Amino acid sequence: MADRKNILDLYFLDARARLIDIAAFMDRVDRADGETDFRYDAFCEALKALESGQPDRAGKVLLEFSDPSDEPIPKATVKAACGACPDTNNG
Amino acid sequence: MRYIEPHGHMVSRTTDDYRAMAMAGCQAVCEPAFWAGFDRSSAQGFYDYFCQLTQHEPRRASMFGLPHYTWLCINPKESEDIALAEEVLAIIPEFMESPNVLGIGEIGLNKNSRNEMTVLEKHVDLAGGNDQLILVHTPHLEDKRKGTRLILDVLKNDSRIQPERCIIDHVEEHTVKMVLDDGFWAGMTLYPETKCTANRAIDILEVYGNERIWMNSACDWGISVPLAVPQAAQEMKRRGNDAQYIDKVVYQNPIEFMSQSSRFTKPEGL
Repeated sequence: MADRKNILDLYFLDARARLIDIAAFMDRVDRADGETDFRYDAFCEALKALESGQPDRAGKVLLEFSDPSDEPIPKATVKAACGACPDTNNG
Repeated sequence: MRYIEPHGHMVSRTTDDYRAMAMAGCQAVCEPAFWAGFDRSSAQGFYDYFCQLTQHEPRRASMFGLPHYTWLCINPKESEDIALAEEVLAIIPEFMESPNVLGIGEIGLNKNSRNEMTVLEKHVDLAGGNDQLILVHTPHLEDKRKGTRLILDVLKNDSRIQPERCIIDHVEEHTVKMVLDDGFWAGMTLYPETKCTANRAIDILEVYGNERIWMNSACDWGISVPLAVPQAAQEMKRRGNDAQYIDKVVYQNPIEFMSQSSRFTKPEGL
């Protein structure tokens, strides 16, 4: 098992930079005109997983962005994924 | 360092990439059939692609001393058209006898539609009926959790399919456990934005162990890094993993899985 100080030595600055990037992204969204959408709602909901204090935060964030249904859809009308599920109830 | 690239779409890469991979210690490259970035208009387009995968690309790789292996299928992104898929499935058997073909792949789902499921089942039937290894593509982003579950159910419902002969690729933190718990192999794809970063892949190894799991670059025509595997190996070293541990993940594990095909020859591993 790695030493915690060693992990911080290796990755703190990188994580710090990414966190500031996220903050700047949210500021950017706030400054922009127009309505937000389901992607940003899912993003804000996923942030709560970071404060959980529980393990597997990455898995929980991924699940927040995932389609929660279990059945195949009738037909694929697009090829691309957008990163969040429009049908997810994030409330 | 030595490593195997178990998933690279080399038809989309330059010859310089082959050279860089060989210089970084690559010992073999394995290329699943995939979506070209546009829909092919006919089965003849796939016939030409399969010729490229079984004839031309091995020659290009051999210029740098790299053995080249491949997997055949119609990718799930083109599976909504069942009639086209059936035409393509019909021409796969004549290529399955090519000396560099390891099995059927990368099959799976994209948007988790009913037609995609039908075509997936047809591919699984083809593999099961011909004792082929299977390489599975799991869907992107929001579709991955659901698609992975559906795919595992299809594979488990066919009694001819042995989980240890299937690799479920593109796993992430929310899907790796279900894959390994069901006895399948798991692939982690190292992408700059989607799928896994090197650090997350190394985290997954720490949490779930280094058995039945590999790393790949899945380099293609999109944002991807052909040297992602050796770069991840370097990060593993930085994190304190020893040479034996790294070698198992990036070299021994791909050999263990792919040696289940008689067509795969263990590299000299210089």
